[in-house]
Amino acid sequence: MSPDQTPAPQATASGGAATAERGQNVIHNIGYRGYEGPRLGRSYARRALFSQSLRGTYGLGRSAKSKVLPLLLFAAVCIPAAILVAVAALTKAKELQVGYAEYVLLMQPLLGIYLAAAAPQAISMDLRFKTTPLYFSRPMERSDYVAAKYAALSAALFLFTAVPVLIMYIGALLAKLDFGDQTEGAVQGLVFCALFALLHAAIAAWIAALTPRRGFGVAAIIVAITVPYFLVSALQGIAWTSDNNGAIGWLGLGSPGTLLDGVQSRFLGGRSGFPDEQTLTGAQGAVYLVVLAALIVCFCTLLLRRYRKAGL
Amino acid sequence: MYNPTVARLTWRALLGRRRALILCVLPALLLVVAAAVRAMNGADDAVTSQLLGGFALATLVPLIGVIAGTGAIGPEIDDGSVVYLLSKPVGRTSIIVTKLLVAAGTTAVFAAVPVLVAGFVLNGNSQQIAVAYAVAATVASLAYSALFLLLGTVSRHAVVIGLVYALIWEALIGSLVPGAKTLSVQQWALALAEKVAGSGADISSSVAVPTAVVLLAVVTGGGTLFAGQKLRTLTLAGEE
Repeated sequence: MSPDQTPAPQATASGGAATAERGQNVIHNIGYRGYEGPRLGRSYARRALFSQSLRGTYGLGRSAKSKVLPLLLFAAVCIPAAILVAVAALTKAKELQVGYAEYVLLMQPLLGIYLAAAAPQAISMDLRFKTTPLYFSRPMERSDYVAAKYAALSAALFLFTAVPVLIMYIGALLAKLDFGDQTEGAVQGLVFCALFALLHAAIAAWIAALTPRRGFGVAAIIVAITVPYFLVSALQGIAWTSDNNGAIGWLGLGSPGTLLDGVQSRFLGGRSGFPDEQTLTGAQGAVYLVVLAALIVCFCTLLLRRYRKAGL
Repeated sequence: MYNPTVARLTWRALLGRRRALILCVLPALLLVVAAAVRAMNGADDAVTSQLLGGFALATLVPLIGVIAGTGAIGPEIDDGSVVYLLSKPVGRTSIIVTKLLVAAGTTAVFAAVPVLVAGFVLNGNSQQIAVAYAVAATVASLAYSALFLLLGTVSRHAVVIGLVYALIWEALIGSLVPGAKTLSVQQWALALAEKVAGSGADISSSVAVPTAVVLLAVVTGGGTLFAGQKLRTLTLAGEE
């Protein structure tokens, strides 16, 4: 029964006998030893995949070239926040020129590009180089893989938006703006960052999981995020010029960006980016929240379904 | 300068599989929206300008330009199969020119034609608005194709860089810094549209027509030449 049967000493045998013996199925013990230490298990694998994916989205642990774009974009979203604070401090303003949630919305093009670069790197490359079977041959389940990747993307995007918000908050406190107002605004801003990250990461992760090609994933994510936004904004503009003001709020449901804009202006005390700074009515607000939750759940379910199939 | 075999291969790479889908979705979206707006609002010149200028020329044309321009050469360089093409007795410049024509043709078919149709749907080409925007879209698609084809030969991250240019430079910086508008393909194309359209049409560009024509020619010609030079000294890099 034991696999480590030692081979017969062949050097002494004559030529004909040696070939006959060599033909038999013998497993040679060449000294490899099995692993007998502790096995860290499923939750450890999940955490490791999460932290590695999160680092990867900022280019940490990858080549110097792949650090350039994420860090440049990160600087590009943080520096205007610092400038805003500096202007508020120098002009001795009573409040910041731009609200916290509003600032995140202003940075949307940069966030979209960051997400479009990060999501395919985290997800499509595993499909392209066929590393997913290696993950799934471990104690890790498919749902663990999806959860780890989705959480990593959401966390990356949350960091990307929350750091400028915190810069603005700390700066506002140093500039001796009203503590209560600023704290309330910053908390609302952070909630908004979380909502923004959860929704956009779900959309981007699903699109990235559909294609093994990185370039295609990048283009598809950018298109999916920006085209509806520009389209809905143009339609809202048309609705406003043709005095069809009731339609503006309902049109906003049509793209992730305007959906979040509506939510922040209704529930998180921000200024609306809609034409005429229109805020939502009560019924519209409820529908917005339901649609937001439904979209997140829907894209997560689609993502899980994508990985249910064998032989991706 | 035009090589039919290279053209056929490029067509198949561009319109094969799911790439064609994404290229069809965007114009279809424009046409559906145009029909819906016409049904709700009736014909209105200001609305037509708003939709064609704000959505079609600002978003649709650059995006399709990025997809077609980088898609014409990027994937081939990415997976290394371009060496089989380069080892054939076909001039590098003629490869680039052929790919440029195919990319520009694709962009024109998927961007300029839908713009023309959408213009007719929206207001029946009153004050030549539909034709003006279609001309602008055609010219812009040629310039974008040359620009993004060049990017495809220069960098492996051509899609991302192209999108940064299309979204950040043209949309964001172009609207904040007036000087940046002079260096925007969209504004050059709008200058031609302004010339074509009637005086009552609400189309305005921040660039004069002669400047626009010269800059368009420089970008298209220069981009093609430089891309040909770049293809001559191409080195294939490994994965990251």
